[in-house]
Amino acid sequence: MTRTYLARNPSVLWFLLILSLFTLGVTVLSEAYGVAFLSTSFIKTLGKTLCLCLAALAMDLIWGYAGILSLGHMAFFALGGYMIGMWLMYARTEGIVITALSNEALPATAQEIQNGIAGQIFGVVGASELPSVWLFAHSLPLQLMLVVLVPGILALIFGWLAFRSRVTGVYLSILTQAMTLALALYLFQNDSGLRGNNGLSGLQNIPGLADVSQDRISVWFLWASAFALGLGYLLVAWVVSGKFGSVIRAIRDDEARVRFLGYSVEGYKLFVFTLTAIIAAIAGALYYPQAGIINPAELAPIASIYLAVWVAIGGRGRLYGAVIGAAAVSLLSSWFTGGRAPSINLGFYTINWVDWWLILLGLSFVGVTLFAPKGIGGLFDLLQGLRSPDRKGAALGPDDGSLMEKEAKE
Amino acid sequence: MRAALAAIVLALLSLMPLAALAQTSPPLSAVQIVEDNRAQIEKPSRQTIGPVIAGLAGSGDPQALVILSAWANRGLGVRKSDGAFVLISETADGYVLRALDGSDAGTAARADITELRPNAGVRGVIATALVQFNLSDPDPARRADALTTIARDPAPELLDPLRASIDAETDPVLRARKDRLNRLLTLRFDPDSATRIAAVESFSGDLGLDLRGALNPLLATTRRAAPLGTAIDGNIARDLKPGSDLTEVEAYDLLVAANLAPARLTPAELKSALAANITDGAVAGIPLADLNTQAARNRAYTALEVAGTVPVAATDEEVTQIVAGHRFVLTYSEPDTAVTTAAQAVLTGIEVKLGAMQMADLALDALSLASIYFLAAIGLAITFGVMRVINMAHGEFIMMGAYTGYVVQLFIPNYTLSLIVALPLAFLVTFAAGVAMERLVIRHLYKRPLETLLATFGISIALQQLAKNIFGTQARPLTSPAWLDGALTFNDIVSISYIRVAIFVLALVFLMFFLWLMKRTRLGLEVRAVTQNPSMAASMGINPDRINMLTFGLGSGIAGIAGIAIGLFAKVTSELGNDYIVQSFMTVVVGGVGNIWGTLAGALMIGTLQKGIEWFNPSNTLAAQTYMILFIILFIQFRPRGIIALKGRAAGD
Amino acid sequence: MSQLLEVSGVSVTFDGFRAINNLSFSIGPAELRAIIGPNGAGKTTFMDIVTGKTRPDEGRVLWGTKLQSLLSMSEAQIARAGVGRKFQRPTVFEDQTVADNLMMALKAARGPLAVLFWSPKPADHARVAELATEVGLGDSLARKSGELSHGQKQWLEIGMLLAQEPQLLLVDEPAAGMTLAEREHTTRLLVDLAKTRAVVVVEHDMEFVRRLNCKVTVLHEGSVLAEGSLDHVTRNPHVIDVYLGRSER
Repeated sequence: MTRTYLARNPSVLWFLLILSLFTLGVTVLSEAYGVAFLSTSFIKTLGKTLCLCLAALAMDLIWGYAGILSLGHMAFFALGGYMIGMWLMYARTEGIVITALSNEALPATAQEIQNGIAGQIFGVVGASELPSVWLFAHSLPLQLMLVVLVPGILALIFGWLAFRSRVTGVYLSILTQAMTLALALYLFQNDSGLRGNNGLSGLQNIPGLADVSQDRISVWFLWASAFALGLGYLLVAWVVSGKFGSVIRAIRDDEARVRFLGYSVEGYKLFVFTLTAIIAAIAGALYYPQAGIINPAELAPIASIYLAVWVAIGGRGRLYGAVIGAAAVSLLSSWFTGGRAPSINLGFYTINWVDWWLILLGLSFVGVTLFAPKGIGGLFDLLQGLRSPDRKGAALGPDDGSLMEKEAKE
Repeated sequence: MRAALAAIVLALLSLMPLAALAQTSPPLSAVQIVEDNRAQIEKPSRQTIGPVIAGLAGSGDPQALVILSAWANRGLGVRKSDGAFVLISETADGYVLRALDGSDAGTAARADITELRPNAGVRGVIATALVQFNLSDPDPARRADALTTIARDPAPELLDPLRASIDAETDPVLRARKDRLNRLLTLRFDPDSATRIAAVESFSGDLGLDLRGALNPLLATTRRAAPLGTAIDGNIARDLKPGSDLTEVEAYDLLVAANLAPARLTPAELKSALAANITDGAVAGIPLADLNTQAARNRAYTALEVAGTVPVAATDEEVTQIVAGHRFVLTYSEPDTAVTTAAQAVLTGIEVKLGAMQMADLALDALSLASIYFLAAIGLAITFGVMRVINMAHGEFIMMGAYTGYVVQLFIPNYTLSLIVALPLAFLVTFAAGVAMERLVIRHLYKRPLETLLATFGISIALQQLAKNIFGTQARPLTSPAWLDGALTFNDIVSISYIRVAIFVLALVFLMFFLWLMKRTRLGLEVRAVTQNPSMAASMGINPDRINMLTFGLGSGIAGIAGIAIGLFAKVTSELGNDYIVQSFMTVVVGGVGNIWGTLAGALMIGTLQKGIEWFNPSNTLAAQTYMILFIILFIQFRPRGIIALKGRAAGD
Repeated sequence: MSQLLEVSGVSVTFDGFRAINNLSFSIGPAELRAIIGPNGAGKTTFMDIVTGKTRPDEGRVLWGTKLQSLLSMSEAQIARAGVGRKFQRPTVFEDQTVADNLMMALKAARGPLAVLFWSPKPADHARVAELATEVGLGDSLARKSGELSHGQKQWLEIGMLLAQEPQLLLVDEPAAGMTLAEREHTTRLLVDLAKTRAVVVVEHDMEFVRRLNCKVTVLHEGSVLAEGSLDHVTRNPHVIDVYLGRSER
């Protein structure tokens, strides 16, 4: 079995090898464990990029393989971040409050500590009580469970509703976008219990590790992110390699036909939707401690669209494509928007990339969609000399995979 | 003696119309009255000055008005040399003087005059008297002013003069106002309970704000508490139950305020009391380390209480006990039960009617929101509904339209003219953008809807950023012409701004236009042919490329016009389109793709829904949008194909 | 003889157009049946109803010895109950290999979790190879099915149907676009299949139907016009009037 699996997915070994080398290389170049060539903030950027790659992997599974263009996976990503952020913020505030109260004559009561934490965290939105959603915030294991459960259950409920009513194609995309918008708007409220548009902050300070410097923590998180990405890659590659992969690709290409084979298409979609939501949530839970802050703007529908953009540019329907796309575009993006890209002086006008990067991205995205539907991953086909099968004009491949049934029949 | 008599007579006479007074007894001159009451006027007091002012007011002498106004406004003085009252007006180096009868009296230095400065109470009495005076003024405008003054600041003593002035009132409008005001004052200030109730009931069904203003003080309540078993005097509105009507804390605070219970000890006070009594690392024998629960702290405090170290304070249990031993009621400040009952009944009636009116207003709001959504969505109804092309840059076309309007206003300062220019121009600009986009991008993706979605997203991102680069991030104004300012007002509650009416009309126009275009024109016929069967249409001599291009351009052009309409009431920013795109798609999807009536129904449903939810929670429009989207997701469960669904094979799965 | 499928009194309306009008039909467990009828007679809609794609406005569709109603089941449940369907146009998953296509169709647990943890046993590989050989694709197992010719795709789809091991096979115009030799092969296969299961063939081509040599049901305007042997129905004056007569003219 393992042999077949790896034989079917030669890219898995390559990927793991490159990922290990990358992690090792970064460690050697880091300030904390090596020659201090890379700055801590850059290592954090790399760590965050690995998390985004993991999210892109989930996106590739749901879109590239199952054909569901979800515009809501960054919402799950952010929800995962919120869940871990609640513990980070609670535990850190708890430490601060306990220290502050220890100067008083009497030892603090549990209630006083609770009130102190609530006041610290929620003073900014004018509340002083801990909302009920913070019930488990004191416990890391419980909150870690919520990282998986909250996005998972949300995806399960939403997916069940959406797939049950046979919403497909662009309609489903719009519906997921609406869900994301609803969630973002909800979190923007001050009484949502998650500090409204202030979001959660100070997440880079890991409770209990106050003595460890950020340059070490950043490397640790890089390791964790790389580990999660490797594990995620193995998992997703395993999911798509067997008969399950066959079925979801078949659903992508012609879901009505799959139904007549006796597979409950809705069940498969729901499974993939929920699984990918959970993967995205875990990626988010690793991302936000490195980013340090999370707010509802992270849930905006545009974030999920960027995720789709990365996967499309990297190449849908192949896992390494998604990873390459996410890494390349998000690193480029932070290079351009970070003001590090040199401006181009045209004489009459100076192109300042901070302003023009999005335009470049948008247009290159249109270009990729039109001229290189296989994305960067398509280059590997060229390298290997692989040719796509001659479909005798009846193109029904991955590129057309998500056709509406009616159009597919035409 | 004579003065007092005159005052009494005048007070009685003031109940009658002044005209009658003038006929029956020779009027005393104002000057005479002032002279007669010199002592009172020089050192007036709120309690005793009434009759004098009433006398002046009732004298019928036009000069009395002058004197009273001067007195109230530091315009009356006493010349120190002869003690005579003079009307004074200040100049740079002293006063210009006039005698009380209005004749010129020269000037005086500042030091020669004692300015009379009546206190606020007296000034109030004078003002009231002036109002009475004005109530019978020959000039209707002054009478109207007087009524406004009374309505703004009603007082019991105004009731009689107001009543007295009604019969002689000749102007029917003013008479009606006086009558209404009379009843409003009667229900508050009349000494006779039955009269007040009659006045209250005469208003049944009235929606006026002035009426609610008059009724509310009658029904003002205060919370009161008394030990169980003792009577509570006053007009009790209802009993309050601690726990449900008011919290235990509130109940106890009430008792503390009424000196019915000792003050409660807050946890912070308890803590500092304990901290002040630490001896040898323990409080009252309890080690400090153990004091990390509230229960232990209470024990320690009780021990200190017993030892007499700290004052006795109520603990939580005692608070509960004390609260349970008292009755809490809401009492009206108005003592007359019959009046409060009648007022409550009328107010309830008003509230019911008010609710209905608010519903009507809400319906208007919903209608206008629906027309905005409809306008935003109608372009999509063409590109998405008819052509099935998903254009995520639709919102950016709306934005382009709005910015076109803004740019036109920069060049044409006349808002009406600029609007007339901007509407077709916005159409042209977005039409061109739509055609360009269709030719360059969408044409290649007709069989790949999901990729159309993503490619148009790319365009949407680029266009938004481009707008930011050109116009900056701050909002740009798109000012509506003056004739669109203001609102169509039906009554105090129901009103709608003209801009929204205009948008509603525009939405209707576009609905008609769409129907005409699709059902009555050659283009519409060809569009329908091409969307149903492109190859068949092509074989019949229709050029599908041209039709697709035109249709897409048309949908985009309408988005541009919608942009101007939306820009008129919302600020124009680069994110304008973003705010509408999801709602627009929802409108089309919920309504039923491919059917303009469906889009209309969808817009109406979403608009009504959003306003309806906002009504439940007016402070929170974010929540309203959240719940609306959730509702739509659920709605799609039950009607996956929208409100107006095509059925069967034609629907094409 | 107890029936495998019993359709009674079924009607369905699309936007006021009655596609199926009080249709009754039944087929036994091992029977070959041809359904013929002019365009718009309701042949495809009939198959849609049986396979659960279209819900009728009224009527009953009962299945198997337990008389299960198919109307409350989803397409996937009906397929799992043992109804296989072959579409007019060959629909195979072109992005996947012939083996993958067959493996997917192979009778096995269909739930997502069961499939996720399922791995093919040697017996499954053997069965796939056997099926591929049966439909003449024995040496194309590793090819992507998108590369196959039209006829080969038809065969692959038939192979997938066989892999499903259905009790009832609904076949929509199997001979369309086939060469003469392929048609004969198809005829033999269908006749063979009908020995162990029920097969319903919807066909336009009279010659093909004649070769099947089975009972024929003629549909017209959504209901059964005639039923019996081909010779019997071709002599029926109504049938001649609405269908054969026209086509011979």
